[in-house]
Amino acid sequence: MVRQPISRLTRPRFAAWLLVLPLFLFSAATFVVPIVMMLARSVQDPELSRAFPQTARLVAQWDGRDLPPAAVMNSFIAELRAARGTEGLSFAANRLNSEISGFRSMLLRTARTLPAAPLDDPAAALARIDPRWGERSTWAAMRRASGPLTDGFLLAALDRQRNDDGAIVRVPEERAVFVSVLIRTLWISAAVTAFCLVLGYPVAYLIASLPAKIANPLLVLVLIPFWTSVLVRTTAWVVLLQRDGLVNGLLQRLGFTDQPLALIYNRTGVLIAMVHVLLPLMVLPLYSVMKGIGRAPMLAAMSLGARPFEAFVRVYLPQSAAGIGAGCLLVFISALGYYVTPELVGGGGDQMISYFIAFYTNRTTNWGLAGALSLILLLATGLLYVAYARLSRSSAASA
Amino acid sequence: MIRSLGMRALAALSLCALMMPGAAAARDLTVVGWGGSSQAAQRQVYYGPFTAQTRIPIQEDSWSGGLGVLRTRVQAGNVTWDVVQVEADELQIGCDEGLFERIDWAAMGGRDAFMPEAVSDCGVGAVAWTVGLAYDGARLREGPASWADFWDLQRFPGQRTLRRGPKYTLEIALMSDGVPPSEVYNVLRTPAGVDRAFRRLDQIKPNIIWWTAGAQPGQLLASGEVAMAAAYTSRMYAARRDDNRDLRVVWNGSIFAVDFWVVLRGSSNRDNAMRFIQFATRPENQSRFPTLAFQGATNLQAARQGEAAVAPSLATYPDNMRVSVPLDVEFWVDNIEELTQRFNAWAAR
Amino acid sequence: MKMPLAPVDRALRWGLLALCVLVFVFLLVPVLAVIPLSFNTGSYLTYPMTGFSTRWYEDFFTSSRWLPSLWNSVLVGSVATVLATTLGTAAALGLDRMGGVARQALNALFLMPIVVPVVVIGSSLYALFSALGLTASYLGLILAHALLGAPFVVITVAATLSGFDRRLLSAAMSLGATPWQAFRRVTLPLILPGVVSGGIFAFATSFDEIVVTLFLAGPQQRTLPLQMFDGVREQISPTITAAATLLFLVSLLLVVTIEWLRRRGERLRGSAVE
Repeated sequence: MVRQPISRLTRPRFAAWLLVLPLFLFSAATFVVPIVMMLARSVQDPELSRAFPQTARLVAQWDGRDLPPAAVMNSFIAELRAARGTEGLSFAANRLNSEISGFRSMLLRTARTLPAAPLDDPAAALARIDPRWGERSTWAAMRRASGPLTDGFLLAALDRQRNDDGAIVRVPEERAVFVSVLIRTLWISAAVTAFCLVLGYPVAYLIASLPAKIANPLLVLVLIPFWTSVLVRTTAWVVLLQRDGLVNGLLQRLGFTDQPLALIYNRTGVLIAMVHVLLPLMVLPLYSVMKGIGRAPMLAAMSLGARPFEAFVRVYLPQSAAGIGAGCLLVFISALGYYVTPELVGGGGDQMISYFIAFYTNRTTNWGLAGALSLILLLATGLLYVAYARLSRSSAASA
Repeated sequence: MIRSLGMRALAALSLCALMMPGAAAARDLTVVGWGGSSQAAQRQVYYGPFTAQTRIPIQEDSWSGGLGVLRTRVQAGNVTWDVVQVEADELQIGCDEGLFERIDWAAMGGRDAFMPEAVSDCGVGAVAWTVGLAYDGARLREGPASWADFWDLQRFPGQRTLRRGPKYTLEIALMSDGVPPSEVYNVLRTPAGVDRAFRRLDQIKPNIIWWTAGAQPGQLLASGEVAMAAAYTSRMYAARRDDNRDLRVVWNGSIFAVDFWVVLRGSSNRDNAMRFIQFATRPENQSRFPTLAFQGATNLQAARQGEAAVAPSLATYPDNMRVSVPLDVEFWVDNIEELTQRFNAWAAR
Repeated sequence: MKMPLAPVDRALRWGLLALCVLVFVFLLVPVLAVIPLSFNTGSYLTYPMTGFSTRWYEDFFTSSRWLPSLWNSVLVGSVATVLATTLGTAAALGLDRMGGVARQALNALFLMPIVVPVVVIGSSLYALFSALGLTASYLGLILAHALLGAPFVVITVAATLSGFDRRLLSAAMSLGATPWQAFRRVTLPLILPGVVSGGIFAFATSFDEIVVTLFLAGPQQRTLPLQMFDGVREQISPTITAAATLLFLVSLLLVVTIEWLRRRGERLRGSAVE
């Protein structure tokens, strides 16, 4: 860094800030604010306290044993009457339904059938409408949802929940899904990364060892699929891998198989299509590191008597480690957030975490859970990215 | 010179884009159907003629069901759909939750003009349809005859496709397991019955490709990707007509239901949306629909006026109705949430 | 100097070459195999082809679904590109004049949209834009696409600036040029290749974008990738292969332009860099 900061030569410093400001404001408005709001939803719990403010306050004070005192029930009945037909009720119903499936219809039915006259025995009146109002777990769910903050969504994203006593427990087997989705996401990303490395390393090595005249067109060949739309490539794979597709036709004609193989709408299809999409991301960083190594170290080792393979393993491979690390991290990070490819060429058991973020955002309104899953995905991505930045900085410094 | 011209063009383009409808007020009437052949028929019989008659332009979109999609839109204040074709259980739950506008039945020609299943406070019956066992006659010379055959991987090797979700899927699983059609919902109402359905599905789980959009099963059958499908029967007949496919339907054990037109609450085109529903359910318009879409009419007069030749391929044909199971709307209103959650967790494993 | 190779090593070398050929086949054949099918007369997506025809292209250019979606893609892409390029170029110029922590932090912020999974961006924007009434609007889609494209502009412009000889600017100023004149006459011509490459990157990003579009677009804003997404999911018609071919040609054009710009930039800067 020998160059002088330009500010001292030409313009006052605020000019630089003025230039940066528009993109800063734009990023803040369309990127930072929405994402922070989304993540904040993973711990916020406003619906119940908005629809039934007094009940939420009272039920939060309830000790959780037996049934809540009559004051809670009376307040609940009064506020439920007032909330009938309002938007707030439908939000609260939505929220409570994520605690106990079926709560929505119970709450709405109760609101509809609640008698208008004042009640002597609120608990009995509620239990007449639905016996579940006489159960402790119903009120415990309301207590959990009383807000304003909750750890419920984050726990749910890890297949955990609080039981009626407030202890953290696993969710029942038939509802547990996110831990296995998380593991699957990591597993698919790792497998894709491994395949990319195995396929990408030799190609990068070959291109780096060729003279520029041949290397440049080959690089363009790597770049072309990189630039081709994901949709185009996915379309191509669907056409190729279908039961009556080109690949199965070829395999059958060559006599490898007599029954068409299931290559798509399953894990195989997801892996093939994702490796294809992400392979250039492996080749390019590998190539740039290998280009820096050059042929000299290999030749030197060989002139000292090492056989080519030995020279490669002992000398070249360690030197290209930075490229391997960068390429692997880049592919892995990109794979973690994949959504469209598994959706189009995968089966029900191949969907990754992004699918569920989308699902809870616009197919089922559970933005708290979507926020919690986003947080997990962002944390994983962020940590790996920091590792990537460290790695590429240290390799740049040593180069 | 060229550059400055290009710049000016881009600036003009930007201006165009910014002035395009951003606000809801300027949005065209948006009608949402279920895609594929059924929406193509709606386009021909309803959308085009409606616009021609009323000068109200229609923007169409398609979806694949799921009340959550509508709930999200209404609750988020993102009401960019006006008229939506929904399933019977979605209609009822959504009506209770206040997601839909109320129907003025006098304007629709009165409740009596429709079959009783097609009448509700929040929606007007749009079509009567069936989901049934389908296969490609060109590929399976001796086709399956029942849902039990659907599970028979020995006699009929290959993949199967079912709708991604518990509705119809659990019924089908039970019927394949020997539960008589009339008993299906009684069994499903018990926890043991639900477990039994999931256990039955487990047996062919590795062989299932899930579909979401109604147009998919026909495509999967035609490409040979699957040997059998639980598919909308109407689409199979449409594929026979349009693509010359020998797709066949087993009516036995099929499931019969009615879809409804609704108007989303908060729609900025409410009046035009109601006018559209009125138009699309009038006998002279609806009677043309079954011939094109192979789905049954809900307006009684329209059903009588329909072409006799297509009648045997309709859900409403007496012989077909006799062997099919009517969807138990009440059961699904009570259980769709819980079973969907369980289904999703099961399918994602 | 050639050394005699042991048979094992020779086998390894041939093995390497064969593997590389296979990888290139893997990379390129899928897309190339689809292109001829788009000219097939029949509607089956398999070989052998039954004859040559352009009917699927006719279908593409006459259908009421495909052509508007192409127009939407071009419209959204162009406007988002203008926005991203303007914001990104200004920011890169500003960053170049800054130093220290502020520069690093801002740079990280500006590049973050590339790193953060798109689905997180999409769902967050969906939640915010729903409340603002910006879903199903061109404006909302353009803002989102510009956000995704801007980082590429910052990167490419910053790269050209790093090879930029500052003495030219001070020379211009010492000859009496105003800062604006110095920028127009000296800086802009030199960074233009970077600006244009950045713009192309931004356009390509928008032209391919599907995830955020799935969240934000209404029926009126259906873009070409969205139309293809539905097509792949519901019914793979040969028209999709025609659309894929057209999209592929656009990408090819963009790659060639970028390559050309890069080489031209290298030539122009000559030995000044490295």
